[in-house]
Amino acid sequence: MDTDARNTKVMNRFDVTSRLIAKLEREEAVIGGIGNTNFDLWAAGHRPQNFYMLGSMGLAFPIALGVALAQPDRRVFALEGDGSLLMQLGALSTIAALKPKNLIMIVMDNGIYQITGAQPTPAANVADIVAIATGSGLANSAWAADEEDFERLVEEAMSASEPSLIAVRIDDKPGVGATRRDPVQIRERFMHGLGVREPL
Amino acid sequence: MPIAEQHTSSEAAQTSSDKSWHGIVLQTLKRNEISLVPYVPDRVLTPLIKNLHADPFFTTFATAREEEAVGIVSGAWMGGRRGAVLMQTSGFATLANVLASLAVPYQIPLIMFVSERGTLGEFNYGQSLVCRTMRPVLDSLALEHHTITRLDELEFIADRSIKQAVTTQAPVALILNPLLTGGKVFDK
Ligand SMILES: Cc1ncc(C[n+]2csc(CCOP(=O)(O)OP(=O)(O)O)c2C)c(N)n1
Repeated sequence: MDTDARNTKVMNRFDVTSRLIAKLEREEAVIGGIGNTNFDLWAAGHRPQNFYMLGSMGLAFPIALGVALAQPDRRVFALEGDGSLLMQLGALSTIAALKPKNLIMIVMDNGIYQITGAQPTPAANVADIVAIATGSGLANSAWAADEEDFERLVEEAMSASEPSLIAVRIDDKPGVGATRRDPVQIRERFMHGLGVREPL
Repeated sequence: MPIAEQHTSSEAAQTSSDKSWHGIVLQTLKRNEISLVPYVPDRVLTPLIKNLHADPFFTTFATAREEEAVGIVSGAWMGGRRGAVLMQTSGFATLANVLASLAVPYQIPLIMFVSERGTLGEFNYGQSLVCRTMRPVLDSLALEHHTITRLDELEFIADRSIKQAVTTQAPVALILNPLLTGGKVFDK
């Protein structure tokens, strides 16, 4: 497992996020985790099916799980930083137990808390995210070897019969955009995007 | 037998578990189309959790942490499905961050049932201290909360509070007091 992680190319969050967004053709939902993860989702181009977290560190996967359980026919992606995921590792087992096949988790692993000053996470040199996910019951978890492999894994995940987790090793760059911090509008627009509500 | 059940057993149909506190909670959830119920368990909640699992209307499951459950029902709400979270007082004590950074600012009608430990015969000092943090946290965010002590008021408070949470898009905490549930005592 360690070797798998070391052999992966170091990619870039914004580039990988843009590649993901370019593949979405069926109004898939995308949840962006706290900080850089949702900044790059915003920068990749706002879509009505995007949800941006302005707090609640670690809850990108649980929020996405909720959307996936509410709308089993829609694919739901969640983008989470490695530091954020470490706060809520138990959520991986919850997802493994429920097996929502429409949920795709993407972990942006830079080994640091980039946005707070690039301090290394406790996991940085000792733990392997894919091994943790597999050990939590998410058998369909893999490191993306490079950008092409990432795109291939996303395509596979879109027709998978169980939840998927894709871990991406990324550089230490900050996000390239900054989400408009308007939580009520973010939530309301997202609900319109999911067809739950009509605008006034 | 919980005290509240003893008090009402003469008037209520004893055979119907619907008239127990947990029966009323289950029926009220159902009537309000709340079908997703994640929880971190508490001894007192056991009969409710058991009956939720037994009823195919509900998707109910344990989460590793209470804030995870809050994230799940928040996502479900945005996706058009209603949920509620069950927890103990100590679980509520882990939620200040998610309440202040997700449920309140995004205006999500988060419905919480909190089994109240730490009062009316608590035997664990830590539980009694944790309990004292709950209402100050709720009040500091101006969150609606009710402490339910009487079986005859449970349905009214729960039903109205759920409807208010949904229509005003605001969280609510329904605190299930030992006077209602019997609580947990040392010899149990
Ligand atoms: C509960 C909590 N603790 C700490 C913080 C401060 N904080 C905000 S973002 C962040 C780091 C996030 O790290 P990661 O998810 O790895 O993303 P990155 O910044 O590396 O892109 C921290 C520590 C917070 N918002 N909430």
